[in-house]
Amino acid sequence: MASTAQTYELTNLQTLEAEAIHIFREVAAEFERPVLLFSGGKDSVVMLHIAKKAFWPAKIPFPVMHVDTGHNFPEVLEFRDATVEKLGVRLVVASVQESIDKGRVRERPDGIRNPLQTVTLLDGILEGQFDAVFGGARRDEEKARAKERVFSFRDEFGQWDPKNQRPELWSLYNGRHQKGEHIRVFPLSNWTELDIWQYIAEEQIELPPIYFAHEREVFRRDGMWLSVGEHSTPRENEEVVTLKVRFRTVGDAPITGAVESTAATYEDIVAEVAATRVTERGATRADDRLTEAAMEDRKKEGYF
Amino acid sequence: MELLRFATAGSVDDGKSTLIGRLLYDTKTIFEDQLESIERTSRDRGDEHTNLALLTDGLRAEREQGITIDVAYRYFATPKRKFIIADTPGHIQYTRNMVTGASTANLALILVDARNGIVEQSRRHSFIASLLRVPHLVVCVNKMDLVDYDEEVFNRIRNEFRQFATKLDVGDLSFIPISALHGDNVVNRSANMPWYEGSSLLHHLEEVHIASDRNLIDVRFPVQYVIRPQHQTNRELHDYRGYAGTVAGGVLKAGDDVVVLPSGLTSRIESIDTADGPVAEAHPPMSVVVRLTDDVDVSRGDMICRPHNQPKVSQDVSAMICWLSPDHSLQARGMYAVKQTTRNVRAQVRELDYRIDVNTLHRDETADSLSLNEIGRVQLRTTQPLFIDEYRRNRVTGSFLLIDEATGATVGAGMML
Repeated sequence: MASTAQTYELTNLQTLEAEAIHIFREVAAEFERPVLLFSGGKDSVVMLHIAKKAFWPAKIPFPVMHVDTGHNFPEVLEFRDATVEKLGVRLVVASVQESIDKGRVRERPDGIRNPLQTVTLLDGILEGQFDAVFGGARRDEEKARAKERVFSFRDEFGQWDPKNQRPELWSLYNGRHQKGEHIRVFPLSNWTELDIWQYIAEEQIELPPIYFAHEREVFRRDGMWLSVGEHSTPRENEEVVTLKVRFRTVGDAPITGAVESTAATYEDIVAEVAATRVTERGATRADDRLTEAAMEDRKKEGYF
Repeated sequence: MELLRFATAGSVDDGKSTLIGRLLYDTKTIFEDQLESIERTSRDRGDEHTNLALLTDGLRAEREQGITIDVAYRYFATPKRKFIIADTPGHIQYTRNMVTGASTANLALILVDARNGIVEQSRRHSFIASLLRVPHLVVCVNKMDLVDYDEEVFNRIRNEFRQFATKLDVGDLSFIPISALHGDNVVNRSANMPWYEGSSLLHHLEEVHIASDRNLIDVRFPVQYVIRPQHQTNRELHDYRGYAGTVAGGVLKAGDDVVVLPSGLTSRIESIDTADGPVAEAHPPMSVVVRLTDDVDVSRGDMICRPHNQPKVSQDVSAMICWLSPDHSLQARGMYAVKQTTRNVRAQVRELDYRIDVNTLHRDETADSLSLNEIGRVQLRTTQPLFIDEYRRNRVTGSFLLIDEATGATVGAGMML
């Protein structure tokens, strides 16, 4: 995104992009083994896109890791594999199914695997000996995230201590840590959902097709439209209907809700997001609705 | 659309949360599910009104204790600008949080209760904003509804504040009479105060000129990372060697003569590259890759600048320090790691010249330590030279962190003199 040189001003998106590039380069320069968490969701796709720009014309100097719940939208897995192949980056898959098979975690009675990801993620970080882990979380997503640093220290247990965070001043990021500890890095901290979509549209970034409006068999549960699929089957009293929907977030399939939408292009989605009155997590994530502090509690344990 | 970052300081009593809540609400930034969630929590707690502070107090401990303990970042946008609010608690024990929020702010918003006028806290917040060189200061005289929207009250506070501000280094100072609770002069001009001819707060935030706040004169390009694709088959890429970084000052142009510090070797800018293609010029805060015409030795921590405009290269640093650590205090002779631009060195505190009382601005020259939230002037001696710009001339190159080498904690925020 080149700036208009005459005025020496950057737009909001140019400023955010420059900040994210700066963060990627800091990490590549100061850490030994960074890794980027890549789910195929839009935030991780934007992150990867900016990482590519940060090191161009060289390749991205670190691998990407997918924490795979085993409950995926097939379109997203296809997209994941095509993307890493195109960029020539190494893909590390940390599998929740493997964690279950090894007895590291136990399947929950409700079958929801989102909370199980923490163990798999931390095992993956340990196995890869990763010392910096890029995540696509944004501060506007959720109130506990609003307090998180760009460089967020994790102790040997992967824990986040919200009351004992390092002050973060100017654009000086402190990545000091001991062996076994690591830093979570959030290059998109200052982006909003609308920024993400405007950037995707401006840069024409490719996304998994489920982000765009399409016909899908869905059923209503907990006020959300859930997709009928291998891992989410409607109960007896839940009626299946075919609707035109799209996904605002991509997560563990059985708990990621679709929204009714006719937005089929980048521009349609930007317009829809600009007009929406419900946060993306409120609309589409059952796991965040558990308690007032659900996210804070999961983050303390080492969640994304 | 430009980005404006502003810091707010104040306590719940000043109506800061109400003001932020109103800005978010009136710009349609609060979403329905967020509002429902805080309405439910307010009801459960037995609050009389929907407590908008719950929007920013995100941590469980904050909600339980009804206090803000950390910097919270909030986002909203109008068709003209996007805004990032660094919302910081105002009490003296949270000075470090306000310093943090102010470090990146284009503008600081200070709330004064119209009934109480200027109090110790207002002075402290203004001092911190001026110390951190926040270019624009907006004083909102709040709760005008409780003083019958009286012009005299507003004028008295404004004059008193101006008097006090002469002791500070404040670039641009504005005053706006508001009622955050009723929305007077927050988004729209208020009919209750026809005597006020200025703009509403939101209008001011949208229009305040921030482009000229950046240093476009002194070229400073701290080298962050060397890009060498070392491509096996593509010969051009095989020999590519570029210096990646974020422009910290001035305007770089292809063809410019440059000098690389600390080596002092000179060269010329061959081209300024980005993934979107080369650019003719680069300015703050663009992230670019600079290629030089000569094969000089350049690595992370080096600084590219113009031969006739160089920072001072020295191991002796005078600086104002705000101490951030609750565990240990700054002591003379103490050794710390220093992080300045892309440079990492170590430094010893040679002298603490004085500690400043953030409420009275009195300098205590007998002080021999700085504890959490205290601010003072120190002399440092570094193990390697730093490239020194005065903080007042460049907030990016003039700032640094002190880091505890044992724990890795960030313990001090430094501004070079």
